[in-house]
Amino acid sequence: MAAVTMRLPAVRAPLDSSAARGGEKHLVAPGDTITTDTGYMRGHGTYVEDDKLIASVAGVVERVNKLVCVRALKARYNGEIGDIVVGRITEVQQKRWKVETNSRLDSVLLLSSINLPGGELRRKSAEDELAMRDYLQEGDLISAEVQSIFSDGAVSLHTRSLKYGKLAQGVLVQVSPSLVKRQKTHFHDLPCGASVILGNNGFIWIYPTPEQKDDEAGGYTSNLEPVPLSDREVISRLRNCIVALVTHKMMLFDTSILYCYEASLPHQIKDILKPEVTEEIVLEARQRLLDLEG
Amino acid sequence: EDLRVDGRGCEDYRCAEVETDVVSNTSGSARVKLVETDILVGIKAEMGTPKLEKPDEGYLEFFVDCSSNSPELEGRGGEELGTDIANTLYRVFSGENSVDLKSLCINPKEHCWVLYVDVLLLECGGNIFDAISIAVKAALFNTRIPKVRVLEDEEGTKEIELSDDPYDCIRLSVDEVPCIVTLSKIGYRHVVDATLQEEACSLASLLISVTSKGAITSMKKVGKGSLDPESIFEMMEAGQRVGKSLHIALQKILDEEESLGTSRPKVGFLG
Repeated sequence: MAAVTMRLPAVRAPLDSSAARGGEKHLVAPGDTITTDTGYMRGHGTYVEDDKLIASVAGVVERVNKLVCVRALKARYNGEIGDIVVGRITEVQQKRWKVETNSRLDSVLLLSSINLPGGELRRKSAEDELAMRDYLQEGDLISAEVQSIFSDGAVSLHTRSLKYGKLAQGVLVQVSPSLVKRQKTHFHDLPCGASVILGNNGFIWIYPTPEQKDDEAGGYTSNLEPVPLSDREVISRLRNCIVALVTHKMMLFDTSILYCYEASLPHQIKDILKPEVTEEIVLEARQRLLDLEG
Repeated sequence: EDLRVDGRGCEDYRCAEVETDVVSNTSGSARVKLVETDILVGIKAEMGTPKLEKPDEGYLEFFVDCSSNSPELEGRGGEELGTDIANTLYRVFSGENSVDLKSLCINPKEHCWVLYVDVLLLECGGNIFDAISIAVKAALFNTRIPKVRVLEDEEGTKEIELSDDPYDCIRLSVDEVPCIVTLSKIGYRHVVDATLQEEACSLASLLISVTSKGAITSMKKVGKGSLDPESIFEMMEAGQRVGKSLHIALQKILDEEESLGTSRPKVGFLG
């Protein structure tokens, strides 16, 4: 039975943002004057015209002593050392892989920065170089950590831990990197039955919680068994909840996703993406988060 | 088990928003928004000479423009996609009864109405053919062609007189206008209304144009994969079912919009 819903468009009033946390945020749009005081140094996202400091991107003004810069809401991912990222292999080169992580330049995963399958620890030889394609191919998804940043801004990744490596079955959601909150850990096992990796670069990976932690695997075994329907429903619901939170520009972290999931339980999974249902569950999740803080 | 990534079943459509009469200087227009896919259709009725093989009928001309989608589709890049979509639309509307072309005739062999249908792809988020056909049907429903009278002089020259009342116009009947249903084959199943990610996973799709009564007017296969003949029958039946419910939903919303009349709040692009 096909379900086709059509509706007339309606002007959607923006959600009440008076519930935002305290602290005045100076929001600017491109072309807005930030300040006419010439004593400031201009940072990213600003330019000087006629002795005025004008914003060139839409975002929040940040001031550190005499440096004024504008942090944009929708920007490419800027790597920081220690961030967890989820990326897709785009190229296999001589001694490294090029990984796409939604940043300005492709990230690099050096052959010397990976764990071999089986957990062996040895120096990579020429045979390993020839067998690179057996480990990671173009189109594979990996979770990795940022090891260092090159001078041009390209990020160098490593998977030197058993929790990183190739990702098997799951769902990828791509959001803006500024919406992922920085936390102590980005690997969460949600109580609803699925696990989620919140990549700092905005790639969010939802996957069914593996039954037992296989320590010997080293992150390369791909479990390609069919996922049961109940797990798939939980994952679809989580994916729709994340999309709902993103449309209302809310920060993504494990508690917000969990509250949104619980608020969406009375609705059917496919109804979550309807505008009025999205508003309802996001408001409820926001309310619970405020209660938690206050 | 009939569960897709966003929780829909294999034959469910995403939530669609339809609005007509968005462009004021056209004879009819419609805008369809299927979450990420955004299509704008404008129809202008102009007078022209009928085609030689069909002297007592008017005709439709389709033009598709997709330059506003992404930088790679500007200019030459979007031409291929645009002509592809336009040819599909010509084929879908080539059926005898789709649009009542005889009502578009003013003077046999001399004058007739030509409907120039312009389709603008504002945003491409998967499933453009379905959205375009819904928008074209809604725009045809909304088209108002002014009534003309033919006056004959003593010398035999014919003059065409436009009626003075701007609201005196003829409307087209859209009961037989077909809608396209795209069925994409992913693995062993087929899905309706694929998102961009689902389209990337599907190797072959079947475009079926279905009228509101469930009659199939044309079929086209796209994609580099192959389709099993038995699955084609299944997909045809599914397409008929989905097409019928699509027409019912669309007609309901068009009638609802019509009944609101001038009191309808116009949202357009400012919503």
